This record gives sequence, C-alpha cells and structure tokens, in this order.
Amino acid sequence: MAAVQDGGSELEGEKEPKPELMNDGSTAPAAAPSSRPEDQQTLLAVLQFLKRNKLIESVDALRREAGLADEPEEAPGSEAAGGAGGAAAGSGELGDAGALLSRVSGGSQSAAAPAPAKGGDDQPDVSVVLSAYSQQGDPSLYQVYYSGLKKFIESVLDCHRAELSQLFYPLFVHMYLELVYNNHESEAKSFFEKFNGDQECYYQDDLRVLSGLTKKEHMKGNETLLDFRTSRFVLRISRDSYQLLKRHLQERQNNQIWNIIQEHLYIDIFDGMPRSKSQIDSMSGSLAGEAKREDNKTKVYYGLLKEPEIEVPLDDEDEEAENEEGKPKKKKPKKDSMGSKSKKQDPNAPQQNRIPLPELKDSDKLDKIMYMKEATKRIRLGPESLPSICFYTFLNAYQGLTAVDFTDDSSLLAGGFADSTVRVWSVTPKKLRKVKSAADLGMIDKESDDVLERIMDEKTASECKILYGHSGPVYGVSFSPDRNYLLSSSEDGTIRLWSLQTFTCLVAYKGHNYPVWDTQFSPYGYYFVSGGHDRVARLWATDHYQPLRMFAGHLADITCTRFHPNSNYVATGSADRTIRLWDVLNGHCVRVLTGHKGPIHSLAFSPNGKYLASGSTDGRVLLWDIGHGLMIGELKGHTDTIYALRFSRDGEILASGSMDNTVRLWDAIRAFDDVETDDFTAATGHVHLPDNSQELLLGTYLSKSTPVIHLHFTRRNLLLSAGAYNSQ
Amino acid sequence: MAEERRQKQCSVVLPSESMKAMAESMGVGQLQEDSCVALSEEVSYRIKEIAQDALKFMHHGKRRKLTTSDIDYALKLKNVEPLYGFQSQDFIPFRFASGGGRELHFYEEKEVDLSDIISTPLPRVPLDVSLKAHWLSIDGVQPSIPENPPPATKEQQKAESTEPLKAVKPGQEEDGSIQGKGQSGTSAEVKGKEKLRMKPRSTHELSVEQQLYYKEITEACVGSCEAKRAEALQSIATDPGLYQMLPRFSTFISEGVRVNVVQNNLALLIYLMRMMKALMDNPTLYLEKYLHELLPAVVTCIVSKQLCLRPDVDNHWALRDFAARLMAQSCKTFSTTTNNIQSRITKTFTKSWLDDKTQWTTRYGCIAGLSELGPDVIKTLIIPRLTVEGVRIKAVMEGPVVSNIDKIGADHVQSLLLHCASVIAKIRPAPDVVDQYRTDYGYLGQMLCSHVVKARTQAALQAQTVNRTTLTITQPRPSLSVSQSGGVGSSGGSRTPSIIKVPSSLTLMSTRPATPTQPSPPATKYIVMATSAGAASTQQVITLSSSQSSSPVTSTVTSVSTPLQPLVKLESGGGAVAGSRPMQKYIVVSLPSSSSSSLEHKGGATATSPIAIETTVKSERSESPATHTHSPH
Repeated sequence: MAAVQDGGSELEGEKEPKPELMNDGSTAPAAAPSSRPEDQQTLLAVLQFLKRNKLIESVDALRREAGLADEPEEAPGSEAAGGAGGAAAGSGELGDAGALLSRVSGGSQSAAAPAPAKGGDDQPDVSVVLSAYSQQGDPSLYQVYYSGLKKFIESVLDCHRAELSQLFYPLFVHMYLELVYNNHESEAKSFFEKFNGDQECYYQDDLRVLSGLTKKEHMKGNETLLDFRTSRFVLRISRDSYQLLKRHLQERQNNQIWNIIQEHLYIDIFDGMPRSKSQIDSMSGSLAGEAKREDNKTKVYYGLLKEPEIEVPLDDEDEEAENEEGKPKKKKPKKDSMGSKSKKQDPNAPQQNRIPLPELKDSDKLDKIMYMKEATKRIRLGPESLPSICFYTFLNAYQGLTAVDFTDDSSLLAGGFADSTVRVWSVTPKKLRKVKSAADLGMIDKESDDVLERIMDEKTASECKILYGHSGPVYGVSFSPDRNYLLSSSEDGTIRLWSLQTFTCLVAYKGHNYPVWDTQFSPYGYYFVSGGHDRVARLWATDHYQPLRMFAGHLADITCTRFHPNSNYVATGSADRTIRLWDVLNGHCVRVLTGHKGPIHSLAFSPNGKYLASGSTDGRVLLWDIGHGLMIGELKGHTDTIYALRFSRDGEILASGSMDNTVRLWDAIRAFDDVETDDFTAATGHVHLPDNSQELLLGTYLSKSTPVIHLHFTRRNLLLSAGAYNSQ
Repeated sequence: MAEERRQKQCSVVLPSESMKAMAESMGVGQLQEDSCVALSEEVSYRIKEIAQDALKFMHHGKRRKLTTSDIDYALKLKNVEPLYGFQSQDFIPFRFASGGGRELHFYEEKEVDLSDIISTPLPRVPLDVSLKAHWLSIDGVQPSIPENPPPATKEQQKAESTEPLKAVKPGQEEDGSIQGKGQSGTSAEVKGKEKLRMKPRSTHELSVEQQLYYKEITEACVGSCEAKRAEALQSIATDPGLYQMLPRFSTFISEGVRVNVVQNNLALLIYLMRMMKALMDNPTLYLEKYLHELLPAVVTCIVSKQLCLRPDVDNHWALRDFAARLMAQSCKTFSTTTNNIQSRITKTFTKSWLDDKTQWTTRYGCIAGLSELGPDVIKTLIIPRLTVEGVRIKAVMEGPVVSNIDKIGADHVQSLLLHCASVIAKIRPAPDVVDQYRTDYGYLGQMLCSHVVKARTQAALQAQTVNRTTLTITQPRPSLSVSQSGGVGSSGGSRTPSIIKVPSSLTLMSTRPATPTQPSPPATKYIVMATSAGAASTQQVITLSSSQSSSPVTSTVTSVSTPLQPLVKLESGGGAVAGSRPMQKYIVVSLPSSSSSSLEHKGGATATSPIAIETTVKSERSESPATHTHSPH
C-alpha cells in the first residue's frame, strides 16, 4: 500500500485508521506476522468493508491497484525493511485476500513463524507479531551464546571483525526481547546489564527504550518494539565474513543465534573486500540497520525541469530605468544566456509532464521575471566572498517559537508558536493589508487599472498579522511560492491553509491523527507534503481535502519533509534516523539513506537537485548524492541539533543553523568535488569519507543566545536567519 | 561514566513505598506488597514511555528544556487525559530534603491567601513577540555590535595579557571556531608558528567604520556638547566591539592628559578621566595590557601640582577625588602578585606625602589616593600621620602670613583627613572623649572626635535597619575586647546570620551562626591575620565557643617575622573548647593590608607574610577538610 492513485480517493477515508493501529496496537485482526501486518490488515479491512457495502467496483479497483503496484513475492524471508517492500509483500498476498482473511480471523500463523499465538488474545496482532519470540532455548544459556559469539568475533581477523561486529546490536536486542517475552525477567535484566555496554554509543537512545521494557505486558503497544520485530535489521556483510560466521555457528551448533539471524536479520551479502570500521560506522546507526542495496537502485530523475519560456518585455524597461538612474552601461542581453541554459534538456530531468503541474498564471510570470532580474544582481559566493547574514531575532517569544519560514522573495516572514498562533510579518516597508469585505468590494470600479490596489483595505495595514485556528503548537509553516497562501501544521493533527489576502483560514486538512511535525509547499505550488508522528508522509493538493499519496515506510516519526526542486520527489527525514526519498508519481520509496545517528531535523536539496544535505540531533550534516544514493560527505562542527539547512542560490555555500546558537557556512562545491565516485564505490556504496570538515568550514557566526531555527538565502544571496532569543 | 549511567537507567524503578503512599491517599488501605511491586514496575515503565514521548515534543518545540506542556502532549498522544493545573512556563523548583538515610525531592506547595492574590496588583502584561533584525555577519565578518557576542571575551583578553604564552594556543582555537572569517586570516598565518610559542603579532588595523567611530567618539568625549559626550561615554561603557580600538583609546587618554596637564586644562582632564572610567566600566574590555599608559595619566590627575589655571577658584579637588577612585578601582581589578600595582601605587603616594616640601595640592592628591584604597590603608598609613598633618594644617590655618591657595589646600586636606573618622570609629572603643582624641591626634583630635561620634550613630542606625546581629570587634592597643551592638549573641533568633566586622573591609557571613544558643556546635575560630606597621605580624584568634557564658574570646598572638614560621595551633582563652571538640574549625582571614603595608618595610616581611598565610590555610584544612574561608560551617 505504498500509495493510492487519484481514482481510489474514496478509499482513503477508510485508510485513516491505519496509523492508529500502528500506535495503539489494538483492536484489528492480525495478519501474517512475517510482513507488515497492519498494511495487510488495513487493506483487508477496507476490502471487507467495501464488500459489505456492495461496492464491487471499488473492490476491483483496489485489488487491481494493489496488485499492479508490486510483483508478488515468493519468499517471505526476503521482504523489505521498509515500506515499499513491506507493501509489496502485503499486496502480493492480496491475490487471495479472502483466504488470508479467513486465516487471520482464525488467529493462526503464517509459514514464516509457525508458532502459535500465545497469550494476549485481546490483542492478537501484537501477540502474533511477537509470537516469533516464543521459540526459545534455555534462558540461562543466552549469556553463554552471546559471549561465545563475542569471543569468536573478537578472535577473527581484523578485516572481518569490524563487519561481524555489526551483528552484536541486533542480536543483543532480539535475544533480550526473546528473554523478556518468555517471562525470564531476571535473566533478561542480567543479560542486558552484562552486554549493553558493548553496543555502539549511537544506539543508546534505543537501548534506553529497551531498558525500560522488562515485562511481557510492556511489549504490547510499544512502538519501538514493533519496529524491531516488524522490520528486519539489515546488515551488509562481505561474503567471506559471512562464510566465516556461518561455519562458526554450524560448528558450535549454536542454533539459537542462527535462528535469530535467519528470522530477524536480513544479511545483504556482497562480493569483494570487507569494509573497514569507519566505512561501516558511517552508514550504520538507523533503527533498522543499513539500507539494502536494491532499495537505492531505482533511477531517480534528479535533474531540474525546463524553465518555461517567458518573454521578458520588462527587461528593456529595466534597462531604461537603469539608464535613467544614470548608468548608461549597455549590458549584453542576459536573456539569451538564461534562455539557452533552460532550453537544454537535462538528461537526468524527468519528463516535463511526469506529474501534472499547475499552469503558470500571469502573476507567476511576473514573479519569474522579477526573479530573473534579481538573479542578475546576485552575488557570486565562494570561499573568498562569503554572504552577509541578517539575523531576525524574535524577542519576547518566551521559548514559544517553533517554526519559521520566509517567502522566496524574502518579503514575508511567518512564525509558528507554541501558543497555537501563526504570525506573519512583513519584513519590507510594505505593510500587510487585508482585502476589503464583500460589501465594500462591490463598490469598486472593476475596470480601473489599479483594481488590485483598490481591493486592499488600507485600514488594516500593519506589520504583523496573527492567524488563529490551531489548537496546539504549530510545528511547521510554509509559504506558497506565489505568496498567496500559507500552510501550517500543528500538534492538533491538522494542516491549515491560510489566505494571505484575507488572513483567514481556508482549509483544515485532516488526515494525520497525531501531531504533524512538518509541512512544505511544492516549489511549483499546488502540492504540499506533510509528515508527523503517525510515520506516514502525505502528499496533498490544495484543492483536495484528502491526501493524494501516502508515503508509508518510516519506522518512527517523520520529523521533516522537503520537496525536490523538480517537484517529482519528496524527501522525508525521520526519528528512525533514515532519510527516504519518495516518488510523487507512484508513491514508491526510491532511496533509503542511512548514516545519521539521531533523529533528522533538517533537509535541504541543492539547487541543481543533485545533492541532499541533512542535519540531525547529533550535530552532523551529511551530504548525499541522490543519483547514486550515496553518502558523500560529513560536516562536523555543530554541537547541538541542526534545525536549519540551506544551500545558496547557486549552490556554492551550504549554511547550517543549530541549537548551539551558531550559523556555520560550508564550502559546498569543494565538499562535492572532493569525493571521487568511481564505478566501484558507486556499485557497492562503500564510500570512504574524507575527514575534512575543518577545511570545508568557511565561517562560524555565534549569536548571543539565539538558537538558529531557520535559514533562507534571498534571491541576491543574502543569508537570512531567524530564531528566538533565549534569555536564560 | 556513561556505563554507570546506563546501568542505572535500566534499573530505576519507583519504590513500592510510594505506591503504598499513593494508594493510601486514594483511600485504598492495606495494599499488598506484591501488588505494590507490580504496580511500581508498571508505573515506572509508563512514566519512562511518556517521558520519552515528551522529549519529542521538546525537540520539535526547538527547546532544550522539557516543560509540563510537553508531558501533557505526550499524554494526549497516548490517549490519556492530560494533567490539568500543572502549567508552568519556568522550571519547577523542586526542593530537596534528606533525613534518616532517605532522600526526597518535593515540590513545595505554599498555601496562599486568596485575599492576597486579589489585593495584589496585576502583574505587568508580558511584552508581545516582536522581530528585530541585525547583521550577524557582513561579507563574512561578524560586526562588533551589541547584538553580537564580543569578538574576544574578557576572559580571553585577560588570559592573553596575564599569561601571554599560555594564551597563544587557546586563543587561536577560539579564532578558528568563534571569531570566524575576519580573524581567521591572521590566525592561520600564526598557526604555522605555533610550535615556536611566539606571541601572535596582532595587527591594529581599523576598518573605515571603526576609524569613523573612533573619530566621532573621541571628538564627542572632549567636545563641548554634554549630551553628545554622555552618549559617547555610554557607548564606550557598553559597546562590546571596542576591543580592537582599545590601544587607540589608551594612547588618546595618556597623550591627552600629558598635553592638558601642561596647559592646565581642567575640563579636558575631567573628560579624559571620565572616558577612562567608561572604558573600565565596559564589561567586555580588559585593560590590563594598557595600564602602563593609563595609570600614569590617572596618577598625574591625582597628584599634579597644578591642574587648572586658577587653583584658588576651580574645583580641581573633584578631579583628584574622581581619579583617586579610578585608581582604587583599577588597583582592585588589576593588581596581581606579578604586577604589584597596589603596592607600587601606595609607595608612590606615601613617598611624596612624606616629603615636607610637597605642595598642598599634591598632598591632597596623595591622601585622597591612599584613602580610596580601603580602610586598611587608612589605618596603617594615614591614621598614624594624623598628628603630624594636624600640626602642619594648624600652622597654615592659624599662622600669620599665608597665601590664599595654601589656606584652601590645607582646608581641603583637613576635611579629607576627617573622612578617616569612619575608620577610627571601627578601631577605637566606644567612649569618645575629646581630650583623649586630642592627645592621640593633636590638632585634628577635636574635630575627629565629633566625626567619629557621628559615624558611630550612623553605623548603629544602619545595623538596626539591616536587622542582623552584628559583632563588632574593635581593637585597642594592648588588649582586645569585644563590643556588641544590638543585643547580640544571647538573643533567641539563632537562625539569623551574623556578620563579624573585622577592622577591615572584610565581613564574614554565616547562614548558621556560631551564636551561643546553638546546643553544641564545634567552636569556630576566626583567625585574623594582619601585618601591622611594625615588623611583627599579628594574629587574632577569635573563638566563638558554644557555651552560653563565654563570650567570644579574642587573643592576639604576635609572631615575629621570621620567614616561614609555622603557625602553632592556637588555643583560645576558653581553653577546654578547642581540644575536646571533635571538629575544630578555623577560618583564616588574611587582611589585604599585609602586602601593602609591608611594602614600606622591605626585607623578610614582604616575602613571608603571604606565604605564611598560605601555609596556615593549608595546615588548617588538612585538619578539617570541610573548612573553607567562606563556608558557613
């Protein structure tokens, strides 16, 4: 159930219970435990509902939809860690949904885990999910098994040791859960205490969750636990190392560990040199191990769309104006150079009409012209010419500022606050005005030239407007490219669309039942994306009150969402420490990027669409090559969560802003150039990252006590940053 | 350490007693132990779960502090009714209590009278959110404006000036990380030389803006418009970005004083001193590197023979006073054992004061300079000379032919000397007899006496208003007696802190006093060390013993100034107290006068006295490690 196309929009209403199921872990009948059960459950429930209501057409449509979306999968052992694969498995079995349904309602088991569901009959889904843990050995031997494996791994050759060490964490987790599930509380505790120190420090957050979990009863409804169970932990190990491990385990007859490896882990075996410790460390850290190689094989059209041809009649006027100002310099017409650039079709760009984009309005064209004009005055940035930074400090915000956005032309600034308000400021001398009331509008002469000016109510002019409507903290705000709308997402589970003409709420998009952490407009307007606590990112169009696409696959909250500059892809960062790139056209997950060691709180695409930068709570910025799906850089320097990332308009400088009160500037061009991506690394994905953060750091600018939560490059490459002054 | 913490995390569970207590508060008595244990485990798990969710809200709220609302939202996420009535924007002040081997954190809920709330005026309406823009960086260089943090922190400047070699390395690290592009050019240059441990050569190039600023400021400071000057001084005193311009300002002041003293331009001298004061007031500047220029200028303004064109009319005395205060301030701030500013300054003043040919103006300046340096200096240097000075003043005031200028000078010196009364009030015992004063202080005796009486009444008034039990220990020559004001010691309020006033600026505050009412606390000894004018150093041991009857006993031990004489443990007059108590506490107070006064008497005393103090403190600490000079008990 990766995504549902427009035709099936009436189904989506039924799908909304899904997130609830995931989080509450209750009430719905269970499905096969080996795949993502909730996906199937939901589909089945929907089918059942449709049948009951005699909506045969819809049933067929849904079946076709789901059946067409993916090929059936034969071995349940190889399904994916993430959403696309999981969905595939779900839909693959849809062929005989009725049979499956009967199996499920019978509370029986699937082929993968043939253990009967024990206990907790009121919550069958979880118990089935957990039932894999019911097969057990002698609980007292777990420590022996684990330390035996540890001894073995420590004794192998150095080149294999690093690779095999990856096994420690998933094995530790699953053995611990198995002990807990089978009510060996004290053994579980001592097991945990004995070995938790061996785990890599970046798993500490998860270990903390695990450590709280000491009883079988706790396992029901624990999200983290479900993540461990429902997704297979992915390890990437070279063939040699794997053979070594296999031989060892077979010699020792260590079935307990072998079973766990077989059932709960996915070992992605590759041919070639074993990876080094640093290579492994750079890629690991996510909740479910690394991304599988085939996850990142899909071609991504990362090129930019062709700019529409716009006649620029104003160009002459502009030059005339300049002449009047006393600058009779005759510049060569830039129109040509600009035009020729956009005429060239980028081989990596998607089809112009791959996804339907809104028609350009006259006002958009005017804006484009403005943009081009501004672009000609843009400062070329580089290590020698750093941008000026203008800092907008929110005073008296009392720790209540939660989100900020600038319009593309930097004329408006919106802030989301913890007190549920959204405030819009004009940062130019032009004040904010409302449109006159309907009665007054009727009296306006519609033929006059300045009708657009006349409709504005001069009495309402002010520098700041407050938008009331949400009932919880506003965690995300985003302006539409045409500056007519503003989106805000909130703890109350809604996304609201506000008109910046009337300063009223137009639509409340309901779909997320849990806090919505982030939302963003497409660079072409019309579409927007949102993501939140329910782990599902949704794609919306402003004129539909229900989502067009649902991107499911993350294992924890979606913390930030970004549109690709060509609007064909959406990137989401999550608390499961992965970044996923989704295809807007078909809803597939086309990239899974692992390597962060903490929840990701900021994402930025480079202006050419080729690269992605991401920042997380661990204070590191990672750079990714979207085409190859590779990590190509790591920028260390920040000491706290990075909440803001932005490339300069030409992509030469990457600016990052953090809770540590600093704005840092990085040499993006050099960061991308320093990495040599030959065919081998591209094929295996084993990048050796240069440790050159200090050389790439161009500047650090400390504010007094203001965490930086938003950054924005103006069209002339002036950097604007924003944050709330923190008096303590 | 992380290891330990993690282990702790895994095992933290609410105690079952609290379950029992909560059950009782809900009306469920006799909860079984098993149920308590099961409940506490379950509750602990749920609390952890909620806390982890609440953290998410904190992160998305872009805060570092978890608030109650975060927990409410986390509860909401779990479909649990949030806790109402626990809204708090700030931190919740948990109080800590322990006793009987148990530790408890609790939230103090005060009973508030409703009428109090109603009658109190409404709090000020909080200011609305507003937006303010400033330049964080201009072309890659962070401008030095109040909105930005100072480019070089005061600590950095201090480290640089006091320990230039040590400062090299951290300074450069700072350059790279904090100062950013602007300075990184020079720091990169220096980085290569780092191994040579060379002091970085700092370039003093000012940007055009800075040059303009400098010009404007200096012009305003010495110009004729008072409003402009106030603004300029305000800017100097508060602007965080003046670090780069400091050498210029320093030269400006020193050159300015040099020129204007010759021209007797009083107004300009005053302006320059005010500028210096503003520089000193600036919290981001550390002037120590420029003292060699600034201090001579200040000294000039204190002791110069003539500062104005008409010495009989102009009030150059005010300038001398002002400069003397400045000098005292800089002594206090910058005097270290290596530069010895205070002692050098004291020496200079004393020398010219002792000279008989010194003019009244200079004499005034010297005395003013000394008297600003604190009561100790007054006690050791000025009071002994009161008689001599009295004679001199008498000669001028009552003598036959004197110039008007001399007379004015003598008059001013006299009134200045009378300021010593407040110090005398502290060191002389209560009955103020005019005749006694006259014999002690000669010509000035009578006036001093009346001033002392005035000072005493004032002090008593103050003591009453402060409402604290105060011990005033006064020190006559042969023996020590303790005079108490305001019914000390025996009064019941044992919790009130007491101040022990020692004949210096030192005050010892203790939250729990060693007043006799305490049942049997270990006796506390205050050892007051001072080197008096003679070569012998005096130690006063004040024992505040526990028993009701024995009033604080002070004994004076005069130690000969042999170098490194170990301090013997001092038994108080109470005798039995010290030996028998398990915990004998010594609080060693060293009077700052020791270094300055010992200056005059060069030789052994100078070197020994600070060392002797050091050793005392150490030896006492080893006996009772809990003792600190400032610790209450």
